Amino acid sequence: MSVTQQALAVGRGLAATRSRRHVLFGGLHGADYVWAIAFALPYAAIFLAFVIYPIAFGIWMGSDPALYDQLFSDPRYLTAVVNTLLYVGIGVNVKMFLAFMLSGFFIRKRWWIKALMVIFILPWATPALPAYMSIHWFLNGQWGMLNNILYALFAIDGPTYLNEHWSGLAANISAYIWKTLPFWTVILLAGRMAVPQELYEAAAVDGATGLRRFAHVTLPLMANLYLVCTLLDMVFALGDFNATYFVSGGGPAMSTEVLATLGIRYAFTIALPRLGVAAVMSALPLLIPLVILLMRKLRMSEGQL
Amino acid sequence: MSATTAVRRIRSPLFYRLQRYGVELASLAFGLVLVVWSVTPIYNMWKIALDSHEGIFGDSIFPEAPNLESFRVVVTQDFWYLERFWHQFGNSFTVGLSVTGLTLLIGSLASFTVGRMRLRNGWMLTNAALMTYVIPASFLAIPIYRIMQIYGLGNHLSSVILALTTFATPYAIFIFSQYGKSIPMELDESARIDGANPLQIYFRIYLPLMAPALVAVGTYALLLAWNEYLYNFLLLSTPQSMTVAVALAQFLNSDESPWNYMMATAIIYALPPIILYYGSRRYMAAGLTMGGVKG
Repeated sequence: MSVTQQALAVGRGLAATRSRRHVLFGGLHGADYVWAIAFALPYAAIFLAFVIYPIAFGIWMGSDPALYDQLFSDPRYLTAVVNTLLYVGIGVNVKMFLAFMLSGFFIRKRWWIKALMVIFILPWATPALPAYMSIHWFLNGQWGMLNNILYALFAIDGPTYLNEHWSGLAANISAYIWKTLPFWTVILLAGRMAVPQELYEAAAVDGATGLRRFAHVTLPLMANLYLVCTLLDMVFALGDFNATYFVSGGGPAMSTEVLATLGIRYAFTIALPRLGVAAVMSALPLLIPLVILLMRKLRMSEGQL
Repeated sequence: MSATTAVRRIRSPLFYRLQRYGVELASLAFGLVLVVWSVTPIYNMWKIALDSHEGIFGDSIFPEAPNLESFRVVVTQDFWYLERFWHQFGNSFTVGLSVTGLTLLIGSLASFTVGRMRLRNGWMLTNAALMTYVIPASFLAIPIYRIMQIYGLGNHLSSVILALTTFATPYAIFIFSQYGKSIPMELDESARIDGANPLQIYFRIYLPLMAPALVAVGTYALLLAWNEYLYNFLLLSTPQSMTVAVALAQFLNSDESPWNYMMATAIIYALPPIILYYGSRRYMAAGLTMGGVKG
């Protein structure tokens, strides 16, 4: 990926600057050191107060093993685990694939493609809450617009989408894809644009067109970005609260809940905060590897950060 | 390869022209599908907001008698859920602007230390930011709720402001560090030789040159704060303290919800971020392609 190469180049330049600076100034000393500490202090303070403290507090709240017995004997919890895996697995991968294909569509230079992009980006520009509320009503079995359209076109009564487990889950996942697809398309489009044109020219000279050009130039150069985006969105999807909460509302009978909403439900509807924390903490075996992988990937591609 | 070129030579120019038109037509049709996909839920919002209460519970696809009655009700606070609508709108602005200001201040100070002053162990700061960036905010909601009670900030706007600043700052540090690399260190060095202290360098050199990144991150923070729901909902519960997002979701509590009022509220709530987003799209795109990615 060319961004990585750029970052590496910048990194090399920085190393040179740094050593020269070190000779000139001999690192931080005296008053400068105090300034540096003072500048770093606000972030350190909010990090300790609102990240480290809550994490420690959460671990303490969810440390009782009995909570996990209670959790695993709750069928709603097991459903939520399956839902979460489907939500993350399908929601993210389908979307990333679509976004990758769409970025290839949007890279073509036509005036109407630019105009289309402005409309296409609307779901991302709209706040989640109104958008998901609208989708909730759109899918209403009795008066929702989707069934009205089905009735007008084919004179059939559509199903009550949000009253069944699988269609409810599918609605949540689709809503999440609808909302975030433009964002990832734009990111992958930027990645495609960063592929040097000379590579395509060279490939053309060698006679590669169409699929071969895609397989041997675009794909290898985009693979890393694609992977980082997928991992990042998996983390976002794992923590996504709004789509489930507002599209299906977790219903019917809490069968479409994911871990993020189930935790909140336990804590604030059933008033079992410790069980809520335990539900969230049970996602850690999935979250921690993702976080470690991502931190390595992001650090690698950013040089210093 | 020579085989394919041989085949190609046989075909007439007309074939290629037709093929080109075919591809163009197919992509136009695909574009139309994309428009329908993107716009339908937004259209649904307008349709309901423009309809009367009876019109919603019909089988129409277009508003039967479009009128602005719902918007009038929202703007004049003429419904009991909306009694303090403009006050709550103000709350949303307070939260949004405070989060933006704090994020820019804290983020730029931190990345100045790490990137320009090269504080030893500064990597710990960037790692902390990176970690916060990849931890889902909703997973910390329950402990943060409890902690805000401990800090005595329950039901106070500052609790939401602090929590959201925490989640917006990592992205700020990320973007500032990236952008800061394009500002030559020689500027700092020459200022230093002229006797400037770090505070002066920060204000006179660093901040002015970082302006584009500040705009991008500021927009991001404002949108994040305005659009956020979960923390607003958990931390603010009285009509006096809540923001528009919480007030909007309150409509879902009641069974006989006036959906047209709700959608009118939703549209008014969604307009500022949409305008801001399209207004600053150029800067946002610049910020995003700089390597940061956050939804």
